[in-house]
Amino acid sequence: MAQYLLEILSEEIPARMQAGAARDLARLAGEGLKTAGLPFSDIATFAGSRRLTLVVEGLPLRQEDRAEERRGPRMGAPEAAIKGFLRSTGVAREDLEARDGVWFALIRHPGRPTGEILGELAQSLIARFPWPKSMTSGVGSLRWVRPIRSLISLFDGQVAPFEIEGLAAGALTSGHRFMGAAGPFAVHDFAAYRAGLQEHFVVLDAEGRKQRILGGARALVAGRGLELVEDPGLLDEVAGMVEWPTPILGDMDPAFLDLPPEVARTVMRVHQRYFAVRRPGETGLAPHFLCVANIEAADGGALIAAGNGRVLSARLGDARFFWDEDRKVPLAARLDQLEGVTFHAKLGSMRERAERISATARLIAGRIGADPDAAALAGRLAKADLATGLVGEFPELQGVMGGYYARHEGLPADVAQAISEHYRPQGPSDVTPRAPLAISVALADKLDSLIGFFAIGEAPTGSRDPFALRRAALGVIRIILENGLRLPLSTLLADIAGKSPADGLLAFFADRLKVALRDQGGRADLADAVFALGDDDLVRIIARIDALAAFLATEDGENLLAGFKRASNILAAEAKKGPLPDGESISVASPPEQAALFEAWRQCVPAVETALATEDFNGAMRALARLRAPVDAFFEKVLVNSEVAEERTHRLRLLTAVRSVMLSVADFGLVSG
Amino acid sequence: MAAERPLSFQDLILELHAYWSARGCVILQPYDLEVGAGTLHPGTVLRALGPKPWRAAYVQPSRRPSDGRYGENPNRLRSFHQYQVILKPNPADMQELYLGSLAAVGIDPRKHDIRFVEDDWENPTVGAWGLGWEVWCDGMEISQYTYFQQVGGLDVSPVSGELTYGLERLALYVQGVDSVYDLAFNDPQSPDFKTYGDVFLESEREFSAFEQEAADVAMLQRHFEDMEAAVPRLLAARGRQGQPLVLPAFDYVLKASHLFNLLDARGAIAVAARQSYIGRIRDLCRACAEAWVALEGAV
Repeated sequence: MAQYLLEILSEEIPARMQAGAARDLARLAGEGLKTAGLPFSDIATFAGSRRLTLVVEGLPLRQEDRAEERRGPRMGAPEAAIKGFLRSTGVAREDLEARDGVWFALIRHPGRPTGEILGELAQSLIARFPWPKSMTSGVGSLRWVRPIRSLISLFDGQVAPFEIEGLAAGALTSGHRFMGAAGPFAVHDFAAYRAGLQEHFVVLDAEGRKQRILGGARALVAGRGLELVEDPGLLDEVAGMVEWPTPILGDMDPAFLDLPPEVARTVMRVHQRYFAVRRPGETGLAPHFLCVANIEAADGGALIAAGNGRVLSARLGDARFFWDEDRKVPLAARLDQLEGVTFHAKLGSMRERAERISATARLIAGRIGADPDAAALAGRLAKADLATGLVGEFPELQGVMGGYYARHEGLPADVAQAISEHYRPQGPSDVTPRAPLAISVALADKLDSLIGFFAIGEAPTGSRDPFALRRAALGVIRIILENGLRLPLSTLLADIAGKSPADGLLAFFADRLKVALRDQGGRADLADAVFALGDDDLVRIIARIDALAAFLATEDGENLLAGFKRASNILAAEAKKGPLPDGESISVASPPEQAALFEAWRQCVPAVETALATEDFNGAMRALARLRAPVDAFFEKVLVNSEVAEERTHRLRLLTAVRSVMLSVADFGLVSG
Repeated sequence: MAAERPLSFQDLILELHAYWSARGCVILQPYDLEVGAGTLHPGTVLRALGPKPWRAAYVQPSRRPSDGRYGENPNRLRSFHQYQVILKPNPADMQELYLGSLAAVGIDPRKHDIRFVEDDWENPTVGAWGLGWEVWCDGMEISQYTYFQQVGGLDVSPVSGELTYGLERLALYVQGVDSVYDLAFNDPQSPDFKTYGDVFLESEREFSAFEQEAADVAMLQRHFEDMEAAVPRLLAARGRQGQPLVLPAFDYVLKASHLFNLLDARGAIAVAARQSYIGRIRDLCRACAEAWVALEGAV
């Protein structure tokens, strides 16, 4: 059993593509080995800023021999056909085998040396590697993410040769760009490769780099009585930008601490890839930053820290300029500028959008107990910060800056908060607004997009969702549910749009809700069973789904579901023979099981009605549960399809009635199992 | 070979000239038209097209009318200087050549943190894009490094490597100065020492006012239309050797592009009209690119 090592050393690979590349490399190599009939015990891949590495363990030295049987011409076929068959198979005439009047050839494929196959595999894998964005370089035609500089291809200590545009794979690699030895060094297996890289200042695996960053950074800040503002996304990115991560703590000019902390954090995170630092227990930032350099400098990083500090000051200085300028103009005065900004060619300017959001926020506020005038004001001003210099420079601060400017000009705190939070929730980990005014504007923002884009036929299709409508719908759902808002959707949408909502919009919400439920581990079939009732009150829908799930988890629920299906099957079968008997009257004469079920049904109906009227869905389920025993007994003892026509009629009517009371709680027919 | 004393602004340029001259580049002069970036010099945009090898380096004063800060912002200029290098085809060791140039101007990558950070460059007005990086020195972007994939809307082969150094930023770094106006333009020991501000501050003040306030919008619009009309006419005209007049036509593309930038700085271009202007310039550029490739291929 032997090991294969492949390294593709290139110029700097974008950090955001590395994890995907490592996965693709493992997948393609695994598939290729399988196709080649080469078993292995383990496969691992590594990705970093300059290299992609594959190591496969437990490979055989040779492929197994293979035999292939090929069917040829009929016996007695023309001589030319038989000769052609011999030529194409390379089998001698006397080795042909006759079976069922047909010639068969057994072709032997001797196993090839694994190293040979691996070279070919590596070459074809590189040639068709699925980078999200790739390029050609110089006079070459190979597409790779950036130019490839060298290749290792080692099987069992020997070079498994291949060539890419004149670059031959070998046993050499290079260490860190600046700290390693000037020239390349040779390796003979993965252990030596990994150790050699470490010696030449390269940490091969991303996890190791992350640990080095976190460990170093925590120790550095703790030494100054500070703590790191941890940021896993940033950590992933930074670990993909350096081979020898070296955390350095730098000083930020404390004069900038009076800027909104979001501004400093955005500059640090998005533009400079620095971690923010704070004092333990405080929410504001401390006047420091933590950057991760790619070298250990002889001066301990003093020059690097100073340089980065200067860049941060310049960036924050620019932000301060905009912050000061922006506050000279009230938000309302920026609405005219929004007139020149197109939201969408068919949906008008940003100004028109702001006016629509304003009207919608007013309408919603009236329904959820917020001040309609305040909501209209916040809605109108929500997009005004798009015309400010700071948001122009830092688009990710939209909304948040509007909130700051609103507070600065003395607008009420809840209006400022509503402006600040109106894009929320922006992702699964983001919180939803809680204050009624903020809820009104946040809902208005999303509903305006949804209604507008659906009206102009821009509903998402497949993977295409250019206006992020799925996220908007999910945001609406989360805001409504997490705040327990009673806002029947179809009425709301119709009132906002002034007409019935565009086709498919309600179904789109139902779909998003199902996806959200599924993501939380819920059952999509239960959602279907409840949606089938045609309700559009999300809070009620969820309460019903929860009660249904709890009921079905009980023995009564499980059995009653079976009873329901049985009743439905019988009714469906009978319906094929002719119309089911209509009429209300149900004879209870005999047998006793029929009488018992009738009595249970008679009691169940008002109990279910009362429970549903008070939205006591668990109560409705409890009322249904009392049907279970009589239903079971009925099916055990009573033949529905009685030869006595009268009996059959009354029994079918009873089943229809039982089925119907269940359907008023949920469509049990859509529940699986 | 780090300098004893940090390089002055002009010595920085001279060092880069010497470095790239020694590596086979023709050292060109700045193009004598108003342009927004060194890439627009025909020595890059046109020479990147077609099959012929080409290595060139030059300084290009670059005008960005919208960036004017009236000389009041220490880091933003409406006219700054790019040092531009184009190597076609890009050699395999182009990154090492670039790092060598940094060492030549006194940046030691064992003391400073040099990083290649993903940044895929594109210039929609000339229909050009490529993959590459912005190069950071201790967190500051000092260069743009691009492998061109398309220019003038056409795929390029061979691929050119383009390096663009922001000379002011690089000088700020090398000299350890916080305001661009305090940069030493020539040697501080020289008998008539000048700072960058001595040379350019007045120009920043006047041109910021011109570009953002005083430029005549109606005239600019008229000129834009004139330049646009000139391009197809020149491409249809023939020179003595029977060739279309690509180089003069391209001059008019550059003029149209600059007029667009001026209109933009005057706030005279509605957001909705912006894409249409960019598309018009790109079409002009593409027509020149196609004519140039036909000419280069025919030779």
